[in-house]
Amino acid sequence: MRKSTSDDRPGNSKIEPQPRGARNKGNRPIDQAEAAERFLAAPHHQKQHDERLWTLRQRRDDQMWSMPEWEQMRTLASAIKEHTLSHLDTYLEMFETNAKANGVVVHWAKDAAEHNSIVQRVLERRGARTLIKSKSMLTEECGLRADLAKAGVEVIETDLGERIQQLDGEDPSHVVVPAVHKLRTDVAKVFAATIGSDPDNDDPHHLAGAQRDATRPLILNADAGMTGANFLVAETGAVVVCTNEGNADLCANIPDLHIVSVGIEKLIPRSEDLAIFVRMLSRSALGSPITQYTSHFRGPRQGGEMHVVLVDNGRSERLGMEEFWTSLKCIRCGACMNTCPVYRRSGGLSYGATYSGPIGLIIDPTFNARKYSNLPFASTLNGSCTNVCPVKINIHEQIYAWRKVLVRKHETPFVKRAAMKAAGAVLARPAVYRATVERTNEALASLPRFAIYNGLNAWGKNREMPHPPAETFHQWFIKNRGGKR
Amino acid sequence: MKIGLFIPCFIDAFFPEVGIATLELLERFDLNVVYPPDQTCCGQPMANSGFETDASGAEALFVRNFDGFDYVVGPSGSCVHHIRHHFTAVEQTAAVEGVRARTYELVEFLHDILKVDAFPWARFPHKVGLHNSCGTLRGLGHASASELREPHFSKPEALLSKVDGLELVAASRPDECCGFGGLFSVFNESVSAKMGSDKVHDFAKAKAEYIVSADSSCLMHQRGCAERDNVSIKFIHIAQILNGAGA
Repeated sequence: MRKSTSDDRPGNSKIEPQPRGARNKGNRPIDQAEAAERFLAAPHHQKQHDERLWTLRQRRDDQMWSMPEWEQMRTLASAIKEHTLSHLDTYLEMFETNAKANGVVVHWAKDAAEHNSIVQRVLERRGARTLIKSKSMLTEECGLRADLAKAGVEVIETDLGERIQQLDGEDPSHVVVPAVHKLRTDVAKVFAATIGSDPDNDDPHHLAGAQRDATRPLILNADAGMTGANFLVAETGAVVVCTNEGNADLCANIPDLHIVSVGIEKLIPRSEDLAIFVRMLSRSALGSPITQYTSHFRGPRQGGEMHVVLVDNGRSERLGMEEFWTSLKCIRCGACMNTCPVYRRSGGLSYGATYSGPIGLIIDPTFNARKYSNLPFASTLNGSCTNVCPVKINIHEQIYAWRKVLVRKHETPFVKRAAMKAAGAVLARPAVYRATVERTNEALASLPRFAIYNGLNAWGKNREMPHPPAETFHQWFIKNRGGKR
Repeated sequence: MKIGLFIPCFIDAFFPEVGIATLELLERFDLNVVYPPDQTCCGQPMANSGFETDASGAEALFVRNFDGFDYVVGPSGSCVHHIRHHFTAVEQTAAVEGVRARTYELVEFLHDILKVDAFPWARFPHKVGLHNSCGTLRGLGHASASELREPHFSKPEALLSKVDGLELVAASRPDECCGFGGLFSVFNESVSAKMGSDKVHDFAKAKAEYIVSADSSCLMHQRGCAERDNVSIKFIHIAQILNGAGA
């Protein structure tokens, strides 16, 4: 299947069904490798995904080269985040005081369930039955839409990509470009089935227009609006939201009720700190100098209400983890995903978690170490993620550290445990090692092809085995330099 | 100068010619190169997979083998990266710390310590694509990384530029990982093989006749992908070129 990628013809994409994400098996470990294999078996999807994200990475590089102070900015951004996180209690209370003074109602939610019930209560009090919302990874993390559906509240996503995903019943596959794993033919199919557009017209302008026509009336008549937040400014109590579609502004400004759901790590101390982060966010994410809209919400409109729900949901616990607390610096730009060679070839849904790609590998296990135990192994530890991170999270070192933690917790497959124990024992004993190496080479040289390339040999599935040499280096050395030691 | 020659396990087993080239190359500089025969592995395969405890025997043995040398030199970036940055399965005694600090990957040893300015015996009239492994590039800092805003430098390029006739060609994604990743190549085989396949096709598009690297593990993986995909490209370790292979 994989072979066909080299002679790609766009016309063929019509017959290639969209590969779906990881199979959710409750608390059992997500098999990222299995889902990635299915993604790779859809070469048109995989190729488009890889090239689209690689383009974002290249544009990000261009932006970096346009700013002589880039590395200095990363250092500053990291320092501001580390300072804020290590004084989080102070800044949270400062934010609360200032937001309240601006007329905002501030709520504290310790976990996802509390967040969802706070939102539900606020909606109920105003009798709101429809909620328009802009993109928020936090509400994905909390499973808000499912809970509100149970309470009879209709939720309408207003970010185009997020809306596509909602209509298709899929989670976002990327924190910034949630439907990047889909071809436009997939979108045409989803829209045909849900909003009645022409299934054979996959022109992006047509699709965007059809969605706009279908969603605009829902937006104009919505009872309540919800946004996430990119930044909370402690000294002013302001909420800052960055979008390219202006949809957050619709959500915040059309209905009388605006609810902001935000994780407690999104704080920054001062307005002037935004000068660093706003300059880096979109450059890192999409390679554009700034998002089309950077909106500052300081309080409710006249006659309206504004609520901010500050959500912990495991963040305080993460803040206490010596090796992993700096993952809270993340500003959700997605640069690590765009650059990740594994992510680009697996699709975000293969991770079976709210957060995919490199940042997901180090955040997801904090939610459920068993379910996400395979994720830190879905990496070559190449370190590109760490280098692109605008807030200098040492992502690949944290992936390495998570592996050790998961092994200590026995959250690794038996076959790997047994193999590593055996390898460790052999490699600690020179004589045993010698015998093993020489036997292996003999076997490789003498076994027939079918015995080497079978279902049990994962290496040999898509690759040839190394060719065993006539003698090892050791044998050569003894023979040629034996006397010289 | 007394040098301990570190020949990692998979080079010993599969790429003896790389070990031989490393030994001969170092000897050209009048160094006293010693091969401790009881060496096996640096512990990286176990530690990289999270099984640090299982790496302690190999790490302890490594220190026993290589204590007392002025430098330990090996032709494998990922192994040296492990030794320098992750070698913590054993207690950090003075001997352990000393061995870790004195262990060099071959390219950095030639470039930074010996400061070699000519390889008069080397001639390699071919188009060559340089694959910097992630361990050498981002781990050991062999070269500037494309993600960082830093002035361009490359130690392997600097050495290869002194080889007569050699022409470097660049892949379109110059420092994209090739997907080997140790056990990743087995437990995540489909993504690993796709990354390797993409890598060799990228080099082939740049018209490289050879892919050269300071890491035989990446080369072993890429060669396996190239052979399966029928991409005609050859693979060679940088030690072999610098020692005069094909001259």
